[in-house]
Amino acid sequence: MTIAPGKKKQKIDRLAELAARDDERGVSLWREAFRRLRRNPAAIVGAAILAVFVIVAVVGPFLAPYSPSDTIGIREGLIRPGVIPGADGDHWLGYDHQGRDEFSRLIVGARQTLLVGVVSTLIGLAVGALIGGVAGAAAGLGGRWGRWLDSTLMRFIDMMLAMPSLLLAVSIAALLGASLTTVMIAVGVVSVPVFARLLRGSMISQANSDYVLAATSLGVRKPKIALTHVVPNSLAPVIVQATLTLATAIIEAAALSFLGLGNPDTSVPEWGVMLAEAQQYLDIRPGLAVYPALAIIVTALGFTLLGEAMREALDPKLRK
Amino acid sequence: MTDTDILVEVRDLKVHFPITRGVIFDRTVGHVKAVDGVDLRIPRGKTYGLVGESGCGKSTLGRALLQLTPPTAGQVVFDGVELTTLPAGRLRTMRRRMQMIFQDPMSSLDPRQNVESILTEGLQTHGIGTDRNDRRRIIGETLDAVGLPRWALSRYPHEFSGGQRQRIGIARALVLGPELIVADEPVSALDVSIQAQVVNLLDELQDSLGLTYLVIAHDLAVVRHISDVVGVMYLGALVEEAPSDRLYREPLHPYTRALMSAVPVPDPDVEDRRERILLAGDLPSPANPPSGCRFHTRCPWAQPTRCADERPALRPVGASRVACHWAEQIAGGELRPHAVSAEVVRPEGEGEAPGVVSAPSEPGSYV
Amino acid sequence: MALLEVDDLSVTFTRRGQRPVRAVDGVSFSVDAGEVVGLVGESGCGKSVTSLAIMGLLPRQPGLRIGGKAVFDGTDLLQLDDRSRRDIRGRDVAMVFQDPLSSLNPVIPIGLQVTEVLTRHRGMKGAEAGREAARLLDRVGIPDPKRRLKEYPHQLSGGMRQRALIAMAVACKPRLLIADEPTTALDVTIQAQILELLKELVRDSGTALVMITHDLGVVAGLCDTINVLYAGRVVETARRRPLFRQPRHPYTVGLLGSVPRLDAGRGERLNPIPGSVRDVLPWPDGCAFAPRCSRRVDECVGEPPEMVLTHDGRGYRCVNPAPLPGVTPAADVRATAPTAAEPGPVPAQAVPDDPPPAPGLGPAPHEEEQP
Repeated sequence: MTIAPGKKKQKIDRLAELAARDDERGVSLWREAFRRLRRNPAAIVGAAILAVFVIVAVVGPFLAPYSPSDTIGIREGLIRPGVIPGADGDHWLGYDHQGRDEFSRLIVGARQTLLVGVVSTLIGLAVGALIGGVAGAAAGLGGRWGRWLDSTLMRFIDMMLAMPSLLLAVSIAALLGASLTTVMIAVGVVSVPVFARLLRGSMISQANSDYVLAATSLGVRKPKIALTHVVPNSLAPVIVQATLTLATAIIEAAALSFLGLGNPDTSVPEWGVMLAEAQQYLDIRPGLAVYPALAIIVTALGFTLLGEAMREALDPKLRK
Repeated sequence: MTDTDILVEVRDLKVHFPITRGVIFDRTVGHVKAVDGVDLRIPRGKTYGLVGESGCGKSTLGRALLQLTPPTAGQVVFDGVELTTLPAGRLRTMRRRMQMIFQDPMSSLDPRQNVESILTEGLQTHGIGTDRNDRRRIIGETLDAVGLPRWALSRYPHEFSGGQRQRIGIARALVLGPELIVADEPVSALDVSIQAQVVNLLDELQDSLGLTYLVIAHDLAVVRHISDVVGVMYLGALVEEAPSDRLYREPLHPYTRALMSAVPVPDPDVEDRRERILLAGDLPSPANPPSGCRFHTRCPWAQPTRCADERPALRPVGASRVACHWAEQIAGGELRPHAVSAEVVRPEGEGEAPGVVSAPSEPGSYV
Repeated sequence: MALLEVDDLSVTFTRRGQRPVRAVDGVSFSVDAGEVVGLVGESGCGKSVTSLAIMGLLPRQPGLRIGGKAVFDGTDLLQLDDRSRRDIRGRDVAMVFQDPLSSLNPVIPIGLQVTEVLTRHRGMKGAEAGREAARLLDRVGIPDPKRRLKEYPHQLSGGMRQRALIAMAVACKPRLLIADEPTTALDVTIQAQILELLKELVRDSGTALVMITHDLGVVAGLCDTINVLYAGRVVETARRRPLFRQPRHPYTVGLLGSVPRLDAGRGERLNPIPGSVRDVLPWPDGCAFAPRCSRRVDECVGEPPEMVLTHDGRGYRCVNPAPLPGVTPAADVRATAPTAAEPGPVPAQAVPDDPPPAPGLGPAPHEEEQP
């Protein structure tokens, strides 16, 4: 026996009294989820990647050794037809086709890329959550008009879903003319149906839960129930989806830039644009395509890892 | 029993859910008659137990009584006030006096609210308590009454065990000081050893607060234990209603007998000695109930006359009320049970048919 | 030699960053040919994990450790490779689960699922297998079996699905059937049908049955021997009559006192067990039930109580068991008085000398007929 019997007895008594620890606060679901998130290595890796990405995006211009628009290579006569020099001592990743420092462009480009990803996701989230929220609330409040509004909005969303997303983005970009704003809107619009359907479905399943019925039987008004119970409990999957959408938004923005629908002003570097420009020089300097592609892939991976880890952490089935 | 003793009176209550089909425009192709004409009276301070198998409409009846599911027809009179025609605002005020306890203590508590917030919500809604301190006092007293420690206030539902969660649910109902509590399967999601704690708690609360209960459960033993009067439901209607002891001593309706004989008793001697009435087949679909007496397709005492074409009304026999044409003859032993061949019953849609019945009619309706 | 001899079975789950969970902690019991054995306990007592471990159905995952032995007819089931285990499963040992819908393949007709078993283990083919499948469905009481064979699981009701599942389980005349809460998802009247069917099958074919349930009423009418589990260990084992008449372990006493009985009167308070199944003491530190126990004494703490075996084949894991009726408590409780005030009225709802006749079913049910 390692512990004296007296101590053990105390231990039992404590258990018997259901272990009252009044000094400790309760742990809310979000804190519990955060705790689980911290224990997940995938979340740590994802968060680390994103931290680096965000820091680079914010302080990038100060970090970059050269100006991203300075055509050093041409000035120094290093760029000739068919020749784009690779890395040397001062230029770690070499030059691009206009003789600009590739490393500096990559670092400065992080900001544009992050901006496109975040803004387009926010557009999608805002519009999608609005439509989904209205439809979900309408379905929840019920009645003839509620059902009508819900099904009208949802048929509209179905129509958006039926169109191939890239085609939709291309048509929007073609309609508005090529610019960075166009790319953001186009990419944002594509993710609208996902958010709308997700929030609506989530709200309807929450609206059918017993605690909503309980609130009703307490006499709480319907709009208040929707705002205090239904919406907050429906948000978790939407937040997870937003993180995952950030990854696809960056890739889609790159795809649009690649198709020539991105920002025509190439003096401001952006990874998707860099990738698009590199395609002409694939046979001379494949590295020019590889670096931005790698940057996009790693960043998207970071968002995906974090998003999946959040999904796991917030999953009610794993809750104890 | 005088009329003033009656707290709740339900008259010919019907709840029919439309079955709809269609892609864009919903067409009504039929009705699930979840509750189809129920009369019952609950005396003040007593417990009325409602028992039946899944899909018999007992949960729907409980919700319709509280106007959580709008009744299709009939009346619910609560302390002299007719609820079905009451304007929404006055109904909300009335809700303070009638509360509900749910089956699943986890899903009936908002996972994002801590216990204090759960208990405050109702108080705020009805403007009970003068200020925060006064509300805290009321909440503290309620916690004591249901046997939860004060430190529970800052905790969230997932931090409690099943039995404690059910106590939170009871506290939420109790904090408003209601007169009627509808308890829908209050113990069936709990472990055996915890069930007894909750059953005893409900008993004690009734003694100290003079509460009136409508207890809905599938477990006849639990219902009989805590009820003064027991109503047995089958396919949307009461088939028998009797004082708790009498129901056990002298079940009159064939379905009650079958139900009683099917409940396992934790006693080998009783189990070995008693004779079983095994019902053939499954519960028919409430969307397409049998004609006449709804039980006649499975009834071992069914007769060629009347049973299949005349729906029996609930009529008094002794101290009971029973809906069977042949109750006296069966009780007197004039009629003998015979074999019944099982009919195939189709579940509705995917999975469990009875779920359709206890769910609200509209998707996501938080009426 | 018993048909199945489970000896010191333990199942431990280890998760990263968490303490290992001993779901099953040294469970031993045996099943004789043709015997019905009950494993009874509340959620988390390890009854289902025990059966899954015996059947080799626990999902393979890192951190899962299974120890001990489960000897079926001379072979240790835990040591078998997948192939020979699959051969035994279905042919010699079969299992019925709680949820019949998720145990059946939703996209394959019932008939095909039954004939599959017949083909795999009994080598039957074509029309012969079809006839046998129809015979099996008929045997378990499914009306119009020929037509049912072509139907899909969702077209059958819950009770019919469970019957179909039982038909598949008994298709190869197994020597041992393990039923894990087979009636929990069903209504009472359907439960009675299924229990009657299981009883018949055991009686007619001599199949041994392990019945896993939380419902004491179910085991009272069905089992020959009952093992009561708590926190992963068997705390009491007895034939059914002694167990219900004179429960010795305080947990068994508590369980019996917690169940409202159909034949008890209104207003009798139940005798619940305080606390919840979460309040356990780890077995190495003493009796896991001690924190909730009304008969707790100092000896309960320190080391796990040994299984005390008595002459009539009973066993209980308790240092201060409930006294037998007619024995003064002092003689039984060695020198130490219980710390808790009242041990409670021991066999809480002791069997009355003359139990009231079951409703309407006894020889003379109408003695008290009212005018």
